[in-house]
Amino acid sequence: MASAAPTPSGTHPEARADARADVRLWHDIVRETLKANDVRLVTYVPDNVLKGLIASVHADPFFTAFACTREEEALGIVAGAWMGGMRGILLMQTSGFATLANVLASLPVAFQIPTLMMISERGTLGEFNIGQALVCRTMRPVLTSLAVEHHTLTRLDELEFTVDRSIKQAMATRAPVALILSPLLTGGKVFKA
Amino acid sequence: MQASETKPIGPGNAQVMNRFELTKRLVAKLPEDAAVIGGIGNTNFDLWMAGRRPQNFYMLGSMGLACPIALGVALAQPQRRVVALEGDGSLLMQLGTLATIAMLKPKNLTLIVMDNAAYQITGGQPTATAVGTDLVTIARGAGIAQSAWAADEEMFDELATQALTKDGPWLIAARIDDKPGTGTTDRDPVVITDRFMRGLGTKK
Ligand SMILES: Cc1ncc(C[n+]2csc(CCOP(=O)(O)OP(=O)(O)O)c2C)c(N)n1
Repeated sequence: MASAAPTPSGTHPEARADARADVRLWHDIVRETLKANDVRLVTYVPDNVLKGLIASVHADPFFTAFACTREEEALGIVAGAWMGGMRGILLMQTSGFATLANVLASLPVAFQIPTLMMISERGTLGEFNIGQALVCRTMRPVLTSLAVEHHTLTRLDELEFTVDRSIKQAMATRAPVALILSPLLTGGKVFKA
Repeated sequence: MQASETKPIGPGNAQVMNRFELTKRLVAKLPEDAAVIGGIGNTNFDLWMAGRRPQNFYMLGSMGLACPIALGVALAQPQRRVVALEGDGSLLMQLGTLATIAMLKPKNLTLIVMDNAAYQITGGQPTATAVGTDLVTIARGAGIAQSAWAADEEMFDELATQALTKDGPWLIAARIDDKPGTGTTDRDPVVITDRFMRGLGTKK
């Protein structure tokens, strides 16, 4: 712990030596906000940063949560479920998002299906893998070119508001939304030499 | 099912049938509320021509996603029978979904593969099933135990009846000829979503 890299203060309780038991972790806030908005289906291709969120939705019987083999598949499932009356979210890593442009354009955007997406952001703020750093650059341009609403989540104190309002807007306007989990919020994945 | 007791039916000895004929047979058997998700191109086109049901979803451009979309509907509405119609090329693109479906075991889901051993709509280029890939063997290996080739139209009917009445998941594969789809779907996605959701009772 003593040699740990500096972490942003106030935003990442897990990384703070003085973390208090009553401080809610980012993934507790996300889980509770999903629940409050009746988002029951969670499909994912895992990522290390998402580990806590994935474990906590699996532990809560409110959610139907499972791993998929590809992000495209996971997005198709969420789209079908929404048309069937069940709200869902897809959890993935930056690299997984990079596989989605065709499906995003042809399914949720074209058919006006509010698929929720949460992306753990690799490739920035201390990335050690050049592949991640390069593919990360495609994420916001793809979202922007398809006019998909997206927000980068950096602060614990804004998290609930942003997630809650984004879900509500997606449902009301029948549009997909992408919530990007910045390392500023989560601590990211740290290079261990 | 007698046929399968005497000699196992595989792509080598199953009769070559016609997609539109089989689609009409399927649609005739569907419970009124059953949802059907068509795959890209021909499976959609023949589904459209077999009768406009509000419980049909016609996907556009998301090659390989008929089965995942159908799985999503099946999870959201466990009381409703849900069928995915997919081409061999499309299923080969998203084989992983067979494993996901096997893992979740949705009782109300049936996958139907129309195997013409080609990417027909893009010019008839052969797929791997033309030289021996057996999609039923793959599905069984993925864990969908109730996977079978239809030897002929009669057996297709029997398998479809089982799949629509007993617990799934099911996969039915049919060898089909190279006839193109018999029409084209409406291409207005917003209208398709709206009709489908009304058909599913999720929009009033
Ligand atoms: C991701 C993606 N790759 C390629 C295509 C082009 N494409 C459209 S239909 C098709 C062939 C589909 O083959 P199959 O599912 O076997 O159906 P068939 O045409 O034989 O009825 C291809 C390659 C596409 N639409 N999307």
